[in-house]
Amino acid sequence: MSADLNIILPEILLALFAIFALLGGVYTGKDGVASTLVWLTSAAMVALAAWIGLTGEGANVAFNGMFSDDGFSRFAKVVILLSTAAVLIMGEGYMSKRGLLRFEYPILVALSVVGMMMMVSAGDLMALYMGLELQSLALYVVASLRRDSARSTEAGLKYFVLGALSSGILLYGASLIYGYAGTTLFSGIIQTAVHGDVSVGLLFGLIFVISGMAFKVSAVPFHMWTPDVYEGAPTPITAFFATAPKVAAMGLFARVMHDAFGNAVPDWQQVIALISLLSMFLGAVAAIGQTNIKRLMAYSSIAHMGYALMGLAAGTALGVEAMLVYMTIYVAMNIGTFAFILSMEKDGQPVTDISSLNMYAKAQPGRAFAMLILLFSLAGVPPMLGFFGKLYVLRAAYDAGLAWLAIAGVIASVIGAFYYLRIVFFMYFGEEQAEGLDANKSTILWGFLMASAAVMVLGIINMFGVESAATAAAAALVN
Amino acid sequence: MDNLLSIVTFIPAVAALIMAVFLRGDDEAARKNAKWIALFATSATFVVSLFILAGFDRNNTDFQMVEETTWLMGLQYKMGVDGISILFVMLATFMMPLVIAASWNVETRVKEYMIAFLMLETLMLGVFMALDLVLFYVFFEAGLIPMFLIIGIWGGANRIYASFKFFLYTFLGSVLMLIAMVAMFADAGTTDIAKLLVHEFSYGSFDLLGIHIVGGMQTLMFLAFFASFAVKMPMWPVHTWLPDAHVQAPTAGSVVLAAILLKMGGYGFLRFSLPMFPVGSDVLAPTVLWMSAIAIVYTSLVALVQQDMKKLIAYSSVAHMGFVTMGIFAANQQGIDGAIFQMISHGFISGALFLCVGVIYDRMHTREIDAYGGLVNRMPAYAMIFMFFTMANVGLPGTSGFVGEFLTLVAVFKVNTWVAAVATSGVIFSAAYALWLYRRVVMGDLIKESLKSIIDMGTRERVIFAPLVVMTILLGVYPALVLDIIGPSVTALVTNYETALAAADAVSQAASQ
Repeated sequence: MSADLNIILPEILLALFAIFALLGGVYTGKDGVASTLVWLTSAAMVALAAWIGLTGEGANVAFNGMFSDDGFSRFAKVVILLSTAAVLIMGEGYMSKRGLLRFEYPILVALSVVGMMMMVSAGDLMALYMGLELQSLALYVVASLRRDSARSTEAGLKYFVLGALSSGILLYGASLIYGYAGTTLFSGIIQTAVHGDVSVGLLFGLIFVISGMAFKVSAVPFHMWTPDVYEGAPTPITAFFATAPKVAAMGLFARVMHDAFGNAVPDWQQVIALISLLSMFLGAVAAIGQTNIKRLMAYSSIAHMGYALMGLAAGTALGVEAMLVYMTIYVAMNIGTFAFILSMEKDGQPVTDISSLNMYAKAQPGRAFAMLILLFSLAGVPPMLGFFGKLYVLRAAYDAGLAWLAIAGVIASVIGAFYYLRIVFFMYFGEEQAEGLDANKSTILWGFLMASAAVMVLGIINMFGVESAATAAAAALVN
Repeated sequence: MDNLLSIVTFIPAVAALIMAVFLRGDDEAARKNAKWIALFATSATFVVSLFILAGFDRNNTDFQMVEETTWLMGLQYKMGVDGISILFVMLATFMMPLVIAASWNVETRVKEYMIAFLMLETLMLGVFMALDLVLFYVFFEAGLIPMFLIIGIWGGANRIYASFKFFLYTFLGSVLMLIAMVAMFADAGTTDIAKLLVHEFSYGSFDLLGIHIVGGMQTLMFLAFFASFAVKMPMWPVHTWLPDAHVQAPTAGSVVLAAILLKMGGYGFLRFSLPMFPVGSDVLAPTVLWMSAIAIVYTSLVALVQQDMKKLIAYSSVAHMGFVTMGIFAANQQGIDGAIFQMISHGFISGALFLCVGVIYDRMHTREIDAYGGLVNRMPAYAMIFMFFTMANVGLPGTSGFVGEFLTLVAVFKVNTWVAAVATSGVIFSAAYALWLYRRVVMGDLIKESLKSIIDMGTRERVIFAPLVVMTILLGVYPALVLDIIGPSVTALVTNYETALAAADAVSQAASQ
């Protein structure tokens, strides 16, 4: 028993931290301590990430296989923790300026991170559902944090209703799988689900589970909530939605597919390949008409999930590795991009209209240039790191015999390049305007933007060692 | 110096970085500094690149001065030059100082302008030196970013449309090549170009979606690379981005585009398509030859009716690139010699022609042919130089333009007489549009009021043209200067190509018996 607790110590510590922070918040100055709490939470997450990343070793299972701590889960946890810490720090200024910085905010985020850590470590359908719901419930509340705004409330409500539906679908799938496999443990399911010998009930369960998870990663056709929630939620929360939960959901996706259905790759490969194809194209095409940068980023993330799913669809260790590398790069890009979006203000009010960026390069050459690098990286144009992420998944897909998916993917990337170029167009080629955006003084946002852009350029030298870590993580998941 | 090639490649990038970090402000002094730093960096690159030429062993057909370091994803950072690539490197380093000098009148966002050109030079040099598939692709594609910005920020009235068209058109072509590269990586297990050159890609025919594909994988890969290089080249019918890009780009942008960027397509054919997919090339060579012949005649005719000087020269570029593809896919010694020669010579001539347009555009701010006439009365030196390059463009013997056209025509005559006959008529058309342009702009009486006060070229402009004139004449009267350097490598390329085809033939005959 104590060995089991040892294995889930990081999750326990983070949960305890959240609980004590809640108590502390309630008994002390309430929102007055929020700012400190944000920094404390971030520091705790960075410390946890360092601890997990540096000391974690081997593959351990706890609670008879319900929870597994291996290279894969550790990789995902480090990315989740670090990106959450970054997003929390980034958003602090924005939130306090607009009176949104309640002390519940970092606590809810910390709780959802506990859920995410649970998700990527799940070794059982019940553990999966627990993690997923802990994450989602916290996120629903965070989405509607701005109580006096109809949009924010609408975003939260929409997210909640649709999220509950998808959880229901997933749960139904899980019950079918349990019924036909006789167990909820992934290690048990994998022995029943062998390609060529998968019963129809199990197949139905698999499809329902995939649907539920596709909702969480906002892949087409379960993407409808994404633009509205992204637009309605306060920007720091949108930044959070775009990063850590996506990594967690992708991690969970990979875990279920490989740990539970790793022997039946041909049964799910086509489904995921199709979801990936649709996501890439819808993300690329639907973003063209957007005028709000947050909605645009929503479609952009849908497209990016399509590429990450392409790696997963390969069904190989290389595919999982490609997916992990892709998600890491995606998160690094999005942190910088949202740091930029957070700094977009006019007369102290946040603006999200793309056309407000008109001739931004003239007023703020440094920031504009950093954003330029990020945009080309998002579009997957070399020499930025985003290109190498794409190259990784293309290679994995081609090696797995999905050449058609790879070809479709590159064509979608050309369509997608258009709307990233459009932002460049506004920043650099636009007409002179009387009043531009405010000069944002926040050094924190500036730092994150610059760091992210620098990573996109310097990362091509050796990816800062992420590559070998991802290889090890993928090897841990796919045997 | 073990990493001479990397030094040459990254001098401009380092200069750009220094400029970006240390150069502040937008006053007159800062602009001047930006121009001088850029000129100094490009000149230094040229001087250092002379060491490459000096250290190059022309009888060795292998890659020389190779540098190799492992990189991520099992790729390598590998650079090297051989007889085919070295002259493109020299062309790029030679042209860039002239391009910077020609941009001396730029006044808006000078620092960014110079940074963009310096980055572009690094990326262009990288393309010609990269010996790793993905490294090549990175340089090849990354060049789109500075060019996109150059057209979009410093371009003409319709620059937005032109920059988007340029970017998306070439991007679409290139991503298909990326898939082929992934396929090559999977097939050969390496991205080292030197190893891929000796790897035999499978050429067994098969059916795909009900279409019988002769030459199998090689043909498919050839098509994927062709999509990229044909757009870059540009070949008819995917040339339509070029006139737009040229017309809207600033003068220096047009010069770089015509003189160097277009050559990446031709270089790609010689580096990848022909040696790596000999069977695929052989299957599609007749089609490409006919496309080239159509390009020569069709774009020459289109050039005849243009109202805009830059557009006319842009179409003339497409026609001249037709000779290049024709020479390459004739796939014999004269053809490839001629193609490389034509590319080098076109770099000087078309670059000079765009500079000629730039000279009068700087003064009158219009490129409409109708706005000019009788310039010879006020600008004798200009008339002289424009005349010289018009003649070189037509292919007058004694200029470098003649040698390339002649060699490629001889080569294609040996392979396909009809194509040669059609293409030769293009030579006459090119004389027609070029001379007519010259007559309308330079000859006649000076009757337009606006032109009455136009002044002749200054010292700076004359100095820019001088090296181009020298090179055009030098290569025209002594082509061995180029042919001696490329000769051995081209011979090796042709021999390998023919050996590979003979081997494939032997296999298919053995199979049919």
